[in-house]
Formats: sequence, C-alpha cells, structure tokens
Amino acid sequence: MSFLRKWVQAIFSLLTNAYWAFPFTRTIYQGPMKVICAPGLNCYSCPAATTYCPIGTIQQLLASVRLTLASGQLLVGFSVVGFIGMLGGLFGRMICGWACPFGFLQELLYKLPTRKFLVPRVLRYGKYFFLAFFVVLLPLIVVDDFGGGVTWFCKYVCPAGTLEAGLPMLVMQPSLRAQVGGLFLNKFVIMIFVLVWSVLASRPFCRTICPLGAFYALFRKVKLVRLRLNENNCTNCHACHAVCPMGVKFNESPDDAECITCLACMHKACRFEAIYLEVGGIPLGPAPAPRHVRDAREVS
Amino acid sequence: MTAKSLVRQRYRLRKAPFFIIFFFLLCVCVGIAADEPARVFEQAVRVCLSCIGIG
Repeated sequence: MSFLRKWVQAIFSLLTNAYWAFPFTRTIYQGPMKVICAPGLNCYSCPAATTYCPIGTIQQLLASVRLTLASGQLLVGFSVVGFIGMLGGLFGRMICGWACPFGFLQELLYKLPTRKFLVPRVLRYGKYFFLAFFVVLLPLIVVDDFGGGVTWFCKYVCPAGTLEAGLPMLVMQPSLRAQVGGLFLNKFVIMIFVLVWSVLASRPFCRTICPLGAFYALFRKVKLVRLRLNENNCTNCHACHAVCPMGVKFNESPDDAECITCLACMHKACRFEAIYLEVGGIPLGPAPAPRHVRDAREVS
Repeated sequence: MTAKSLVRQRYRLRKAPFFIIFFFLLCVCVGIAADEPARVFEQAVRVCLSCIGIG
C-alpha cells in the first residue's frame, strides 16, 4: 500500500506540474487547464504548474474583493472553496497524504538518513492561525489606498512558492534578479528552514503551517472516506503510534485532525484487524468483524 | 441471524458527508454562475512577482 501511495503521489505531482516546455518558453503555462484547481498545495506561478493553487487564488480574490464588488461582481472564491470543500467532504486530509506535491517532497526529504526529531503537538494549531489570518483576514482587511489587499501567506510565508516559483523564475529570467530584496531573502530563509526541518522531522510543514491542510482537517468527522477503529479488536499495543507519519495516536483519537489516511497504521502496524477503512459508514472490503460477531460465526 | 447480517446491521450509511459535498457543490455552481473561473484563469496565467517574494 505504501508503494501504491508513492506512485499516486508521484502521478499527482507530475499531473499538477506537467508543463515541461518551460525551459524553452521561459514563462509559465498559460493554457486552458489553468482553470482547474489543484487538490494540494502547488504554486500556480511555478513554470511547470498546469493548475491553480486554491490557497493562492482565495487570497487573490479576497485581496481584490473591494475592487470587484465596486464593479458589481461577487468574486469571493465560491468556486474555489466549493471545489476544495467537496474534496474535503469526500477525503478530508487524505488529499495531503495522496495528492499534495509539497507533502510528497517532505516525505522524500524525511527519507534522508539523519537523526529524527518529533514535532511538538502544540505547534499543530499554527496552521489554523495561518488559515484564519494570513489567508482570509489579512488579505481581506489590510488594504492600500486603492482598496487592494495583499496575498499575505504567499508573499511572506509560503515555502512552496519560493521553491516552485521564486527560484525557477530567477533562473529563467535573469532580469528579475535585480528586484530581489529583503522580502525574497525572508522567504528564502523560511524555505530553507522548512526543507531542513523536513529532513529532521516527518511532514513538519503539513502539521504546523499548511493552511490547506488546516482547511481539510475541518472535515475530520464528516468526511466520506475515513479510517475507523474497532475497539473490540484493539489490544492497545500502540503499534499504530510508531508508524504514523503525522504523529497520530490512532487508537486514542481515531478522528484526529492530523490523520492523512495514508493507511500505514492499517497495513503496516495493526495485526488485529482493529483498523479499517469505511466509506460513508460502510466498511470497505471485508467487514472487520467485532469480537462478539466472530464468536457468533464460530458458534454457527 | 447469520454473522453477515449482524455485521450489516451494525454499520449504517452516514448522511452528513453527502450533505457537506452537496453544499460545496452548490458553492461551485454559485461561483461558476458569477463567472469566477474566468477571473481565476486571468490571475493564474500571470506571474504574480510580489506573491513569490520578488519585487
């Protein structure tokens, strides 16, 4: 299953970054697929990006909401929030585990053989802060004299944007190098910090900063596809704790907001059929029989 | 009662995810009706230099 997930991650990363003509055209993809929303975090200013980033687009729309309202249009991001909301309702943070290119990159970096560290659990609330303030409130509230706001998360924080768009653009268009200043340096330091942190800890950006992960986490109790715990079969052996890339203690909190449904606990750890996948309340595959049902089977 | 019917009886279809998905589908429709995709496309095909920390 882990092998399959790696392939799915690689395919999604390639599909959302499929414009490989950029070294020749020296610009970003401008074709019709750019109207499609990427399910994961993937900067649309990346030269190879074929889709748009939901987080960047929401900020852009909110930052210019006064101007569009003044022109009689209601462009507040209904279609973008609707699309990622549908994905959230279907899969929740499974998107982070299976379809996010930046999550995939972090997993690859974590494979580098170094000493590993835990991510303090309290830091996980950071991503909700970034979602509420840097993606929604600040672009909406802080505006210039003309009523235009700023894409705060993209401009001041997003390491994916620096890695996928900022650096490639500087390489492709040398004339831009003259405009590099403190802002880019700040973002470059954040990017290096996140990349080094990703080598030392498992998916730190997803767990502490990613506003898209925070959005998908809101669906933890109502998503269609989710992992469940069969308490009758659980022996509290804690094997599921050891394999989780997000630091979830599955037998203690099966609806944890951090769970990316990577299925490692189900396939790699649990030997007691205590963890199973359900779709809309119905177990997927052979139903995990609770102990009393197994007893009934044996009797019949 | 067989073991299979016992298992079926235990699991019920959850309706909440379908309501959530339907609600957000309506949001998508509202956005499309407001011609949002055209505006999104307009933004997505341009490089926002200040957004990526340049300029």
